[in-house]
Amino acid sequence: MLLGAETDGVVTAGWFLQNAWLIPVIPAIAFFGILFFGKKLPRGGSELGLISMVAAFTIAAGTAWQWVDRVHAYSPEYGEAEPVIRQWTWWQSGGTEFGIGQQIDGLSVTMLLLVAFISTLVLVYSTEYVRGDRRYTHFFASITLFSAGMLTMVIAPNMVQLILGWEIMGLCSFLLIGHWWEEQANSRAALKAFFTVRVGDMGLLVGTAMLLGIFGTLDILEINQLTAEGAADDSKNLLMWTAVALFIACIGKSGQFPLHTWLPDAMAGPTPVSSLLHSSTMVVAGVFLVARIYPVFYVGLDINVAGQQFNLIAVIGGITVLIAALLAFVQDDIKKVLAYSTVSQLGYMMMSLGIGAWTAAVFHIWTHAFFKCCLFLAAGSISHTASHHSFDMKKDMGGIWRKMPVTTGAWIASTAALCGVPYFSGFFSKDEIIDSARAYDYTVFYYVGIIGAFMTTAYMTRATYLTFFGTPRGAAAHFMGVAHDTSHEVHGHAADAVGAEHADDHLPEHADAHDAHGHDAHGHDDHHVSHSRPLPFAKTDSPWQIAGPILVLGILAVSAGYINMPVHKFYWFEHQTESAIGLPIAHEEEKSADGGEGAEAAAVEGEEAHGGDEAHSEAIYSVPAPPKFKWVNAAPGLILVALGFAISLGMSMAVFGRRKNLFAPFVGLTRRNRIARGGHTVLVKKYGLDSLYENIIVRAVAYPFAKAAYWFNQNVIDAVVNGAGRSGKLTGEWIYRNVDQRVVDGAVNASGLVASESGHALQPVQSGKVNQYGALLFGAAAVGAIVLILINA
Amino acid sequence: MEVLTNDNWILTVGTFLPLVGVLVMLFIPAVEETLHKQIAIVTSGATLAVGIWTLVLFDYDQSEKLQFWVDEEWISVIRSGYTIGLDGISLPLYILSMAVTFLVAIYTWDNMPDAGNPKSFLMLMMVLQVGMAGSFIAQDLILFFVFFEVVLLPMYFMIGVWGGEQRQYASLKFFLYTMFGSALMLVAFLALFFQTDAVSFGFAHLMDAGALIDRDTQIWIFAGMFVGFAVKVPMFPFHTWLPDAHTQAPTQGSVILAAILLKLGTYGFVRIAIPMLPQGAEAWAPVIGVLAVIGIIYGALGCLAQTDMKRLIAFSSVAHMGFVMLGISTLTSLGINAALFGMVAHGLITGMLFFVAGSIKHRYHTLEIKRLSGLLIQMPKMGWILGFAAMASLGLPGLAGFWGEFPAILAAWNPHPALNQDLFRTLTVIAALGTVLAAGYLLWLYQRTAFGTPSDEFSGHDSGHGGHAAHSLSAAANHDHDDHESDIHDVNTIEWIAWTPFLIAILVLGVYPQLMFEVMDPAVTQLVERVGAGIP
Repeated sequence: MLLGAETDGVVTAGWFLQNAWLIPVIPAIAFFGILFFGKKLPRGGSELGLISMVAAFTIAAGTAWQWVDRVHAYSPEYGEAEPVIRQWTWWQSGGTEFGIGQQIDGLSVTMLLLVAFISTLVLVYSTEYVRGDRRYTHFFASITLFSAGMLTMVIAPNMVQLILGWEIMGLCSFLLIGHWWEEQANSRAALKAFFTVRVGDMGLLVGTAMLLGIFGTLDILEINQLTAEGAADDSKNLLMWTAVALFIACIGKSGQFPLHTWLPDAMAGPTPVSSLLHSSTMVVAGVFLVARIYPVFYVGLDINVAGQQFNLIAVIGGITVLIAALLAFVQDDIKKVLAYSTVSQLGYMMMSLGIGAWTAAVFHIWTHAFFKCCLFLAAGSISHTASHHSFDMKKDMGGIWRKMPVTTGAWIASTAALCGVPYFSGFFSKDEIIDSARAYDYTVFYYVGIIGAFMTTAYMTRATYLTFFGTPRGAAAHFMGVAHDTSHEVHGHAADAVGAEHADDHLPEHADAHDAHGHDAHGHDDHHVSHSRPLPFAKTDSPWQIAGPILVLGILAVSAGYINMPVHKFYWFEHQTESAIGLPIAHEEEKSADGGEGAEAAAVEGEEAHGGDEAHSEAIYSVPAPPKFKWVNAAPGLILVALGFAISLGMSMAVFGRRKNLFAPFVGLTRRNRIARGGHTVLVKKYGLDSLYENIIVRAVAYPFAKAAYWFNQNVIDAVVNGAGRSGKLTGEWIYRNVDQRVVDGAVNASGLVASESGHALQPVQSGKVNQYGALLFGAAAVGAIVLILINA
Repeated sequence: MEVLTNDNWILTVGTFLPLVGVLVMLFIPAVEETLHKQIAIVTSGATLAVGIWTLVLFDYDQSEKLQFWVDEEWISVIRSGYTIGLDGISLPLYILSMAVTFLVAIYTWDNMPDAGNPKSFLMLMMVLQVGMAGSFIAQDLILFFVFFEVVLLPMYFMIGVWGGEQRQYASLKFFLYTMFGSALMLVAFLALFFQTDAVSFGFAHLMDAGALIDRDTQIWIFAGMFVGFAVKVPMFPFHTWLPDAHTQAPTQGSVILAAILLKLGTYGFVRIAIPMLPQGAEAWAPVIGVLAVIGIIYGALGCLAQTDMKRLIAFSSVAHMGFVMLGISTLTSLGINAALFGMVAHGLITGMLFFVAGSIKHRYHTLEIKRLSGLLIQMPKMGWILGFAAMASLGLPGLAGFWGEFPAILAAWNPHPALNQDLFRTLTVIAALGTVLAAGYLLWLYQRTAFGTPSDEFSGHDSGHGGHAAHSLSAAANHDHDDHESDIHDVNTIEWIAWTPFLIAILVLGVYPQLMFEVMDPAVTQLVERVGAGIP
């Protein structure tokens, strides 16, 4: 049964566009296949996962290709490309039908391609990485379902399907983070991830209810169009609260301050999970939601209204950029550095959406996915091959670049992309965010952006130095064939230098324990004489299943940004996705001082002049056009990046390499200076948020609150019940003695007698109280009935 | 009211068929235990077959009409008739009751509670089934009341005879509390009857005439019904019988109680109280809404405080039925649809959870959360089923529980126009908090029991059997007491047979909820329109 007409648009949609709904369905079916038959298959079900994901990717690629064609076919004749929507009735109420299906537009195509591609690579990587794991089949089942969940979400034509995908991911993150659930720390991390996200989900449920209240529909396209046309302007206040409620969900899901605390703990899961979770799935879901129903946020929070300096999204994003970047400085665990880095980058995306730079945010999702996935996989590769399943940069790494050329090269390319070095992918997206903040007069966020870039470079330089350069230590020393005795010296010194490190000693240790534990099934002496062959040109690096995906992602970390280069006035990506914003782009360019827009602007003016797209021609809101790139504007950020690199490198060499250089005087500052030490402690304790949530709020609800409620239940409510029973019995006895024995007639006894008779049947089994009570109650009922009838007569 | 009268034998047969089994069992000596179990399974299986045939014959294009309609004279002195019929509202519950009884009968095959005597146990169960099915088909107040009360006695004995250590207290409390509610309910029924000119107890007449009663009287009569049904649901603050009854009841009792008995209360609201007294409903809706939401939060907090797994599940019923009642209190089709879906979903999910709890108790002889750990290691399949049911229970989309909760929240934000919008919107936000707490107590339970490693006590390394003997309640456990390892085994065949339909139903209804919404929605829409017309 089809719900409404399929929106085909002016131009007929091709097969892939019509059938893109298969993309999430295939892995979802594969999930059940793996679950029920995986263990019987020769490769434990991983082949099913891989096949399904390759199939999904193939369709996604076809969809992307046909979408590009479609955009081309529309433009400039028919204006912006219309989405291809198909829905089938999923449930109904009061005659209104709610659908499930697909909405294919620029945003969903981008995400489908991204998710399917990264999932495929991660699955390939996992076949080697979790080889021999005790729950190999479960791992592949969960990770396949995980991707299916994300794909379901990004393709969603309505809010309910979006929630479905959103929550399935929550479930899978629970299963995967807690993959090695024998350890309490892991199951705690899993619980924390699910629960924290669930706290945010309150906002999603309420926000969705609010959307239904305002618009009377949950279809995303309709909501966007109605908002853009100003249909919600009468209930602007309610729309604002809707945006706030929905944004709370995004805070939880996308690890924004103050609900970011679950993300670093989620590192307890296997590394492929972290890479998938942190690049294209799960954590970008929140950013995706904001981007998906952008008009609601844009109008509800008055983004880009003249004179606005702050709004909720931008502020939360901005805070997240900075606080997470700061935390990344005090981590010893390489995965935690990357985790905080993700949090910080998600902050950039949110901030970008908060200042009206939709395209930059979505483009940052795109580029970030490749380089962050690459970084995580590289970290896993090191732990798999070089550091005996340890993730501790200070204890077990260092100097490994010689033996791991692919991993090192890809890491450095990805780091450059993350830092925003020109012509690496991250540069194009991140610079556009920063530049937009400047151009749209969000001055504060401009500074947040460039300071964030500085910090990003600094902590990544530190991590890179510790991991790949300097002297090999611990397990890495063993791997590099360096004598062991030099190993701990550096660490000891480093500990001295950074001071109160031991405060979070337990964290990296946990992480070690997890991974080591998870892999103990196949022993860990033979792992660099591995089961699989390495790539031919990198014999000492990880096996091909690991090094291959890293290599591919490393290349993409450089090149993925070339599809949208403001620096060359090349806006291809923006052109493909602009119809998904839900709001037209105002190319008049009043805010920005930059004048004409060149060829690109001319093309877009053509679109607007046509006005074939009804929805958009009526729109009374619009987002500003991206600023024109000028090296002068990008310069401060780039200078800070360079400074960050220089300072951090010098500092790392002074602290960890014990070099006498310019920064030597700062070594041991946290030990000597009280303020520096205090600041360091605050960071190590993660601003105390964790202990606020876990030790105060959760503990209070789980123990005193719950206990009090239960006490009330047992000692107040139940006491009333028991008291009523007891007094009923006493009354009964009294009545029996004083009334029953003397007054024989009356409605009370008459009806009581009936019950009493029937109650006799029960006596052999029970104490005989029943008939007394029954008599009493029936008597009372009869009296009550009479009274009620008299009153109302 | 339009009705369809074809195939009208089927409801009577479907409802009373279990009595045939009871009759047969009466004449067979109690020592023939296996035979009794066979008869019970065959009888309930035949009943379910009739139920499935009902599903086949049901006209889904007219699911708003009462089908298989029978209207015979019964007790003409008090103008009560044998009036029965089935529409989209009652169909899912009617079938659910048959399916649950059948599966519970199968489960009893090798999980007979300690007290033994399958003859009486299964006879009671069959009588119980008659009462449950009858309540869902009755279209006459007296008939409904009779069926409603028929349910009471068998359950009372099931708890009182085959229950746990405090069965006496729990069963008495259950019986009296429900009886107390029933008494007030009967008062209300009688009042309604007299207020509508004492013409008929038929639902059709009462719905037409009830709406014409003046507002104050409606409010009074509704109050009586409210207490009766609220006790059965149970709503805060009438819920305290539930944890005791559930905890003490044998597994079979808990499952039937959770799956069907509680629904009699909510069904009563939807079928009787609200359509017959629209203005009373409108006046009481805020009270119901507030109590429902208190129940959601309060039940969740109660769960967090529990140390016993079965009691925790029992308390979670209070919270879940809170969502059902919240849906009903909105007086919108979205809310009532959600409530009806929630009833079935809760029946399946909580029933499943009680099954698992029963089987864990059977193996470990304890349900104390502290002592259970690492179920996933000792019984991986059982552990995953527990996880599945827990996830369904916390309202994960894609599983049935979600479709009771989520539309209820949607509806509560947008209640019937006659209701106080601000109040209901506040309630929505608090109810949403309940979903967070649900995740909290269920996952916490799961983390403590399923994850980790088994405690020394049960890991099979210790030789001390003394501890077990003290806790041994199960007759079956005594048999394999010599062999410690065989005591703790994974899900067995009988359990698979009894549970698989539950698991499949939870998944299928979760993935494709339209299966049920499609059946219920026309009937619900018609009902809501009727209510709307009754509210000036």
